[in-house]
Amino acid sequence: METVEINLEEQFQARIDADIRIEPKDWMPDAYRKTLIRQISQHAHSELVGMLPEGNWITRAPSLKRKSILLSKVQDEAGHGLYLYSAAETLGTTRDQMLADLHSGKAKYSSIFNYPTLSWADMGCVGWLVDGAAILNQVPLCRTSYGPYARAMVRVCKEESFHQRQGFEIMQTLCAGAPVQKEMAQEALNRWWWPTLMMFGPKDADSPNTAQSMNWRIKRFTNDELRQKFVDMMVPQAEFLGLTVPDPTVKWNEERQAYDFGEVNWEEFWNVVKGNGMCNQDRLGARVKAHEEGAWVREAALAHAKKRAQKAAA
Amino acid sequence: MTQSEWPLWEVFIRSKQGLDHKHVGSLHAADATMAIQNARDVYTRRMEGVSIWVVESKHVHASNPDDAEAFFDPANDKVYRHPTFYDVPDSIKHM
Repeated sequence: METVEINLEEQFQARIDADIRIEPKDWMPDAYRKTLIRQISQHAHSELVGMLPEGNWITRAPSLKRKSILLSKVQDEAGHGLYLYSAAETLGTTRDQMLADLHSGKAKYSSIFNYPTLSWADMGCVGWLVDGAAILNQVPLCRTSYGPYARAMVRVCKEESFHQRQGFEIMQTLCAGAPVQKEMAQEALNRWWWPTLMMFGPKDADSPNTAQSMNWRIKRFTNDELRQKFVDMMVPQAEFLGLTVPDPTVKWNEERQAYDFGEVNWEEFWNVVKGNGMCNQDRLGARVKAHEEGAWVREAALAHAKKRAQKAAA
Repeated sequence: MTQSEWPLWEVFIRSKQGLDHKHVGSLHAADATMAIQNARDVYTRRMEGVSIWVVESKHVHASNPDDAEAFFDPANDKVYRHPTFYDVPDSIKHM
């Protein structure tokens, strides 16, 4: 029995190494399945919770155009959550189970959404920086080894680039405006820069699961690799806007052909992950409230469908 | 609390007239009408489709991937089913 299992694992790894995608009904190691369920559901939860800091600004958007754009973006996030929950469900978990884990605090979501969105410029930073970081994380996932996850990510990435551009446009508009508007943009950048760098996760040395995930080709780049790419992308963009990233150690390194940058405050990172961020309770509270207050809608829809089916049968 | 989830539906979309419906993903809905409306909202927000099919997932029957090798084996050694198997003289046109 054990040799059979070993054989299956070897065959599985051989398929991964040959870049053959794994599909839902294929044999896979339990740990692969568990890792994927955890990662995909976390990702889905992030999309869902990610709607909250932006939803707050829909009624406060400065113009009808901005309001329509933001509404459309938030609707996309809901869609992304749905694609991802569906992908996770192909692995044998259920939507109810995943939501229960989110609501009980057992499952995590991206810590970035535990920071408050204090001004309209924050909507710019969320699009430009947060979605920019998300895109860097997500583009390689379009080639991840699990078929349904990769296909969901292709759809997500297609839609996500509008999110980043609309954020950059908000920043551009503010930076071209009155001094007080530019100041607002700079303040938002000051607040979002470091939390965004944290989105790539702990340092490689402190990320024990990375090696296995790379081996299974779930992940294609390490956390530190992606963080460096992000800094290299963003520093020139901030310069273009006439803004300064809040890290005095940022400096172009000719030898490495990359920017040197300072150390993330890892204590803050772990603290927010553990639930002690500024908005952890608010976000989860809002999520649970929406779910509970929507229960009657879900029940009524089921009852209505049942009634209609009975009528049709009679 | 809900005692059960809405059923799962598979969604197929025709991206434009003349093409076939293609599987794009799945979603939960209480009934077919809601499944089609949700599919519109989730999968066609950017004009990706002109027609939607939904099928409750429990009605899909699938071949077993564990048997794939044996199952598809009959097609494996029949190269003569492909036109490239045959040598056609260079002077012969329109074949």
